[in-house]
Amino acid sequence: MLADEMKTEGPAPDDINIVAFCCHYCAYAAADMAGSLRFQYPDSVKVVKLPCTGKLDLQLILDAFEKGADGVMVAGCMEGDCHYQQGNLNAKRRVVHGQTLLASIGLEPERVRMFNMSSAMGNRWAEAVREMDATVRKLGPSPLRRPKANEGTP
Amino acid sequence: MNDSDGALSNLQKVLKAGHFAVTTELGPPKNADAEAVRHKARLLRGCADAVNITDNQTAIVRMSSIAAGVLAWQEGLEPVIQMTCRDRNRLAMQSDLLGAYALGMRNILCLSGDHQTFGNHPQAKNVHDMDSLQLVQMVVGLRDHNRFQCGEEIKGQSPRFFVGAAENPFGDPFDWRPYRLAKKAKAGADFIQTQLVFNVPRFRQFMTKVVELGVHRQLRILAGVGPLKSPAAARYMRDQVPGMDVPDAIVERMEAAGQGIADKKARAAAYKEEGIRICVETIAQMREIEGVAGIHLMAIEWEEAVSVITERAGLLPRPTFETPAVVSESA
Amino acid sequence: MIVAEQKALDEIRQLVGDAKQVLVVGCGTCVTVCFAGGAKEAGVLGSLLRMAAQMDGQPAAVTEVTVQRQCEWEYLDAIRGPVEKADVVLSIGCGIGVQALAERYPDAVVVPGLNTKFMGMPAEHGEWVERCAACGNCLLGLTGGICPIARCSKQLLNGPCGGSSQGKCEVGCGDSAPDCAWQLIYQKLAAQDRLHLIMEITPAKDWRSSRDGGPRKVVRADLKLPQPDIKE
Repeated sequence: MLADEMKTEGPAPDDINIVAFCCHYCAYAAADMAGSLRFQYPDSVKVVKLPCTGKLDLQLILDAFEKGADGVMVAGCMEGDCHYQQGNLNAKRRVVHGQTLLASIGLEPERVRMFNMSSAMGNRWAEAVREMDATVRKLGPSPLRRPKANEGTP
Repeated sequence: MNDSDGALSNLQKVLKAGHFAVTTELGPPKNADAEAVRHKARLLRGCADAVNITDNQTAIVRMSSIAAGVLAWQEGLEPVIQMTCRDRNRLAMQSDLLGAYALGMRNILCLSGDHQTFGNHPQAKNVHDMDSLQLVQMVVGLRDHNRFQCGEEIKGQSPRFFVGAAENPFGDPFDWRPYRLAKKAKAGADFIQTQLVFNVPRFRQFMTKVVELGVHRQLRILAGVGPLKSPAAARYMRDQVPGMDVPDAIVERMEAAGQGIADKKARAAAYKEEGIRICVETIAQMREIEGVAGIHLMAIEWEEAVSVITERAGLLPRPTFETPAVVSESA
Repeated sequence: MIVAEQKALDEIRQLVGDAKQVLVVGCGTCVTVCFAGGAKEAGVLGSLLRMAAQMDGQPAAVTEVTVQRQCEWEYLDAIRGPVEKADVVLSIGCGIGVQALAERYPDAVVVPGLNTKFMGMPAEHGEWVERCAACGNCLLGLTGGICPIARCSKQLLNGPCGGSSQGKCEVGCGDSAPDCAWQLIYQKLAAQDRLHLIMEITPAKDWRSSRDGGPRKVVRADLKLPQPDIKE
């Protein structure tokens, strides 16, 4: 699903792409609210809904980068408020581990980050996206997208 | 053992005659300098009935205990060769036992050995083919049954050691320690040297149980004692050395000894004096405990203290015997 | 289970070298349940290797396959196709799996992606501990079900040594220190009123049953097939 989305979007090399894995119960709704309240946030973000950030798998993070993402946000409920008790805490540990893995191949660990918010926090959503967008813009496009080898970009 | 007294080790004679025995310790150097051993040996001469020669103590490579033992013996000491199970399998240990006996060594102390991760070769593979109890059994088997560990008969001279082992009365589980000591007696150990005693009441508790089990009649128990050099050393032993029991009162006594002394040298001397005083007091207490047959005085890298302590504790001169000890016999 | 841990990515990349076709082979048994070499780990490692190669400008085709058990010929036969296509086969099975692959496919270059650690179990989530040293002559009946060979740092059969302190082994410090196996044995037998089991001296062990007797083998005549069909 992710790969298809990236393909149809067809990111220009100089633009950036952030994949946001959002919990159905909070961040996904917060993004909705941000929209209805007309909060402005960068369009570099592509939302992927998860039933809970506890569903997040390391492979999802890596797949995103491998398919051309420049950054990955994981947005779950406030700590202590997970609909499934501790899915967001599990996600938090996985994000930390993911950062280590990115570093091991030479990618900046800041390209993946965990956020927490409730469904009512549309403003926080917009702000989170702005923060992530700024971080990733500063880092530049993922080196995996820079044409270096014969095959060019993925 | 059915030897005539002439073949007995000096330590064995002292214990047999019912004297309060004194053993001490000599750590071989971290080099190949024979003079280093001779020098230490001279400091200890006349102060003890036998001297333990440590075997790669705390898993740090040092001159072999047997080689250093022979050097010390040449200086007139009777060595107790320490042997750990850490570095050698049963083949190597038995061949070393044959060699040590051939070179004139008569006492052996069987140890498991400090783990190699504490020493200067933490990368080493350890052996632990046998444990200390099994080593006691093996050395006793060589002597009393004329058989190698595998059961094969020894043709010719068998090594006839006076066999020692160690026990830590302060190690956990506390309740099990007297029984483990009983196992060492059952294995055939002739004498035991204990871990350093600072907590006398606890040691007394241990000995009460040992006496209750009758173990003190099966082997001779030498209580480990040693002088503290400084409050720092006392704290280190209290906090960092597993299986050591240094009560706070002892640490505080060491600290108090230096109070009000501004001069660094004078303060160090006061600490040392207090350490020696505590040690002498401890020895006096040990002599009152039923089942304690002597002391093992450990003054690590402070050999000078040994003569002072034994003198003040009234343990000098050491007994001598008409029948020459093995040491002078073969010298 | 056999407990393993993934090697550092740098070392894995060195082992893989400049191979263009890499096959990561996971194993669905022990290393799956200790999260070291199952299908998920194969996927993650595959992604990392592809991305790392891409970053270096030397893209490699890394594919993954996971078999139910790398240590049985039958399961290995099922992956002949991908193995034969690969320049390097990166096994993330235990040391047995790596060797089985190497033996089954004599022409393949097989390298290990894991360090096989020990035989043990998860003591808690994310923490595995050693339990058995495969000495070949089980003495757990004597020691209250606690193995002094696998769990005592000095393999004492008549422990504990003098370094046992407050239930902890002298090797390692603080919370990282392992439990003193002999403290556990004592407590267990004392609680069951069976201390007589360790009152007797356990004699020196015959290590021939262990690795010291050379590589070991178990043969069961009743299970042997008339015509073993393990080679092609």
